[in-house]
Amino acid sequence: MTADPRPPMQLVYEKSQPGRRAATLPDPELPVPDLPEALRREQAPRLPELSEPELVRHFTALADRTFGVDTGFYPLGSCTMKHNPRVNERVVALPGFRDLHPLQEEDGAQGALELMWRLQEILAEVVGLDAVSLQPAAGSQGELTGLMLMRAYFEDRGEGEGRDTVFVADTAHGTNPASVTMAGYKLQKVGTDERGNLDVDFLREHVDERTAGLMLTNPSTLGLFDERIEEVADIFHGAGALLYYDGANLNAVCGISRPGDMGFDIVHYNLHKTFSQPHGGGGPGGGPVAVRAQLEPFLPVPVVARDGERFRFDEDRPKTIGKVRGYYGPFGVFVRSYAFIRSYGPRLREMSEVAVLNANYLLARLRDAYDLPYDRLCMHEFVLSARTLKREHGVTALDVAKRLMDYGFHPPTIYFPLIVPEALMIEPTETEPKERLDAFADAMLAIAREAAEEPGLVKDAPHRRPVKRLDEVKAAKQAIVRYRFDEHPDAGAAREPVQPVEAPKGV
Amino acid sequence: MAADESYPAELKYHAEHDWARIEDDTATLGITWYAQDALGEIVHFEPPEEGGSVAAGESYGEVESVKAVSDLIAPLSGEILDVNPALADAPETINEDPYGEGWLIRVRLTEPGEVDGLLDADAYRKLLEEQ
Repeated sequence: MTADPRPPMQLVYEKSQPGRRAATLPDPELPVPDLPEALRREQAPRLPELSEPELVRHFTALADRTFGVDTGFYPLGSCTMKHNPRVNERVVALPGFRDLHPLQEEDGAQGALELMWRLQEILAEVVGLDAVSLQPAAGSQGELTGLMLMRAYFEDRGEGEGRDTVFVADTAHGTNPASVTMAGYKLQKVGTDERGNLDVDFLREHVDERTAGLMLTNPSTLGLFDERIEEVADIFHGAGALLYYDGANLNAVCGISRPGDMGFDIVHYNLHKTFSQPHGGGGPGGGPVAVRAQLEPFLPVPVVARDGERFRFDEDRPKTIGKVRGYYGPFGVFVRSYAFIRSYGPRLREMSEVAVLNANYLLARLRDAYDLPYDRLCMHEFVLSARTLKREHGVTALDVAKRLMDYGFHPPTIYFPLIVPEALMIEPTETEPKERLDAFADAMLAIAREAAEEPGLVKDAPHRRPVKRLDEVKAAKQAIVRYRFDEHPDAGAAREPVQPVEAPKGV
Repeated sequence: MAADESYPAELKYHAEHDWARIEDDTATLGITWYAQDALGEIVHFEPPEEGGSVAAGESYGEVESVKAVSDLIAPLSGEILDVNPALADAPETINEDPYGEGWLIRVRLTEPGEVDGLLDADAYRKLLEEQ
């Protein structure tokens, strides 16, 4: 096994040469205003100075070292890193979508409005609820919006003061308790029983007239469908409270079961996960919310409405919680997700079935080599534990994740959910063929063997990546988030780039 | 250097993986070897304010590792007398010496009867085996 043969990269500042420019702008024809002395910078900003080809090479080299779903298998649990169909990019690049201005008058944007209206209708059908707002920009904002809707609903009923507590599962994504706190509610944690379901006995005892609602991901972050969800819904509805569905794992159930039928009253989607969107690394997300009819008056404005053959923004909602984002939401995301859903059509169910099948196939291949804390058929993802590897060989989930990079795979989510020690959370998605799943399973099995026979190899991984094991503790404690010019006085001053081989001169 | 696994017999334990060293009407609190091992290397300790109070079963601060931020759950109720000053610059002391230099806070007990509800080292070990 050889190390990455490419030389280490220089920062763009280290490549900088005084006076180099990627483009030369003409001198302005108008007089340059004279800035008062007090407002002037003492020295010019220290921007990198590069020619255009060197700039292009710099960013191409960075891209070349980047791992994404287009370069390899990316089973990052709960992130749904599926393939992004290229037809979506063609559709979103149509001039009528691409060149649309957010302030375009409704008459000139009927096609875009129709797409948004149709997407609202489809999304409502997928989750079995009545009305949708496309506005929230991502899942976390969808959560906060959903809880604000919950609050507005209870205030409208005169119960705003009385209901102050929201229940969150101990398997929840960290955004759930954060959203509860941001929305001004008290947080009540609910445990998980030995089958991976919510602790129903605890709920029977603690859900009461002070309860505003429950936030739940179903299937949970354990990749398990809550078998007692109808009982859970009865408990909350019986106390007059609402159920919120975190749609992070909606990829498991499309066309099979609907949160609205399970009893959920508010749902957020992660369009970028379930309905494809280049995401990760801060890419654009979409977090629409859907609600049952009694919550519809409170939805953010504007909502896209249809009058016969005409589509318009409906701002006339006296009980609305207001706007939660500028303009109308992440429109490019809507176009891609709409194209994705229409490409599948009624076969959307097959998408979820294959996602679940792929996860169960991987689980069956890996269950003997790793610990399986909840031994059940999984949904679209599953959680293993490296607990035994750690106890017997000192090899942790982190070590397994780092070693997977040597085998050319993106690591799964690790150390989450928090209730599973040494957790490895694996989500293959429906877009991976069997050969790719087998290659990943082979690598995981090989790493389990290496842990027993040559633990040092795993503990020091990665060996074949551009950078070795990073010191995460030092990075957390002494974060350096900007380039320190004072520590690099010679940056850009005629430093030769690092070359892997000495080239003969003058040939 | 990480410490070796141990659960000293002279300490009292809480199911949320905290320990308490009882001396007359005061108690020194910290997290157990199991807790620091599960968290991994600790990079930050968010202490409560000195002079404040803690309530048994409730959060009184946070520890942050590269894996997660976790609440510290008080095993006993009391008024805060001291916060370990060394942890601000060297939170890794909690990993290195969880029962000694890595102590977190010292409290004057307001409900001394609560001590009877804590586990001894054998009972705590048994709890860990069941997990």
